Amino acid sequence: MAELTDLTAEEAIAAIGAGEVSSVELTEAHLARAESDTWHSFLEVDRERALAAARRIDAAPERPPLAGVPVGIKDALSTKDLTTTSGSKILEGFRPVYTATCVARLEAAGAVVLGKTNMDEFAMGSSCENSAYGPTRNPWDLDRVPGGSSGGSASSVSARQVPWSLGSDTGGSIRQPAALCGIVGMKPTYGAVSRYGLIAFASSLDQVGPFARTVRDSALLLQHMVGHDPMDSTSIDLPEPIALPSRERLDGLRVGVIEELMGEGVDAGVRATVETALAAMESLGATLHPVHIPHAKYALATYYLIAPAECSANLARFDGIRYGHRTADAHDLLETYERTRSEGFGPEVKRRIMLGTFALASGYYDAYYGQAQRVRTLMVRDFDDIFSEVDVVASPTSPSVAFPLGERTADPYTMYLSDICTIPMSLAGLPAMSIPCGLSDGLPVGLQLAGPALSENRLFEAAHATELALGFDTRPGGTA
Amino acid sequence: MPPVIEASVVRHVARLSRLALSEDEVTTMQRELSGILEHVDLVQELDLSEVPPTTHAVPLQNVLRPDEPRPGLPLEEAMRSAPDRQGDSFGVGRLG
Repeated sequence: MAELTDLTAEEAIAAIGAGEVSSVELTEAHLARAESDTWHSFLEVDRERALAAARRIDAAPERPPLAGVPVGIKDALSTKDLTTTSGSKILEGFRPVYTATCVARLEAAGAVVLGKTNMDEFAMGSSCENSAYGPTRNPWDLDRVPGGSSGGSASSVSARQVPWSLGSDTGGSIRQPAALCGIVGMKPTYGAVSRYGLIAFASSLDQVGPFARTVRDSALLLQHMVGHDPMDSTSIDLPEPIALPSRERLDGLRVGVIEELMGEGVDAGVRATVETALAAMESLGATLHPVHIPHAKYALATYYLIAPAECSANLARFDGIRYGHRTADAHDLLETYERTRSEGFGPEVKRRIMLGTFALASGYYDAYYGQAQRVRTLMVRDFDDIFSEVDVVASPTSPSVAFPLGERTADPYTMYLSDICTIPMSLAGLPAMSIPCGLSDGLPVGLQLAGPALSENRLFEAAHATELALGFDTRPGGTA
Repeated sequence: MPPVIEASVVRHVARLSRLALSEDEVTTMQRELSGILEHVDLVQELDLSEVPPTTHAVPLQNVLRPDEPRPGLPLEEAMRSAPDRQGDSFGVGRLG
């Protein structure tokens, strides 16, 4: 048998089912790679907790569907008694009193939580460099970023520390790091996965989703997370269960190629690689159609008004009173709040809180936040028009391949541009995923596929057939 | 290029945000926020008077659940991360 850490989750489940390996052995193999963490994928690895869960599953009379396969969890997701910081100093050492619904559902299905993965502080960033605990490195090139904000979740899967992991995506935080690390990342329809226990960033956009090395693995992980949760009133049931994709052809599939995301601002090497992948889809029987998002040029501005506005409200709860960091020796309560927050939050979080508070402030509200919400309506309508003519849309996931550490930290807006291809779908609440589609300058390029709300199964089928045709090798040169 | 927002506005927004900024930080924040606002000001060029706002993308409204009593978080659980526990309460220091 291959190295245990090279197995996909599906292969690992089959190997456990055939009695070739136990969950404890599989967990031990992944723990060894998670603990010698060259990439700084993990903020915390809990060996005892993981092995206890693996032993329980091995000893159970009936094997649960996920059979004791390890999973990495983004540190934005609360895990009872397991340190959860959301990448921030203000939550250093914080141990939640409950577990996020999506994590609890995976554990109930037999996934073994290995640890918590690194991220940009409160999920604000596109490179993982905003983590208060130091950056994560890209397994393809240690001098480059893994993307963000779910950078640790992406690198851990790429570096074979876990076969799959959970991330959260507000404006691209699953899809972009998946693209930069050469793996599969999926953001489900807004509401498909409960956000109960996800430390909130921008509530009208946040969504939890899977990272994996195959499309089928990502479908399998999502299968066990979706559905209404009474603890999250925005969560919804899907019209049909998530199915594992199996089709090898794409006959009759109408693929809209988003013209606005194939031109200016996208690196030539990325564009060429994506065009090769689109040609592969065509050879499988799909038809390609140029489509337009007429309001695409407003998407980034709209996002950087809405997301900071919502974050400024959500992060008001971090006041140093009930949990988390509290400043020493403040003179009065106001000073306690101000100093606690100034000491606890990093520069990007402060910037976004300030921007959001400004956009919501009396006198500016209509011109900024109000206006942005109206542009959002136009974005939804743009996609409605597109999906009256095609079944899925395609574009690059990221305008560039993984960039060097430090390259985009000097100017905030330069970093924001990393998300131009992923934000339109986020604003419209659409399911969207990134699959690796080739290399440019030796680094992975992601193909983004998106569909109408609740079209997860269609997306998985399209992505799976394309993945098979492309035959991308997800093993990074540096760790092969 | 002159900053889009005044330092006094930065100080006001910092107070609303409950963030204590040094004068150096005010200057940096003024420059950075002005830079970002120059870009996001793009949304102003659209006439959207006839367009309704979208608050979120799922067509759900007024989601209710049965109003049934259930146990809350036990006191010890709720208090266990308190930075300053005073008996069964959170210590908060002087109010004013």
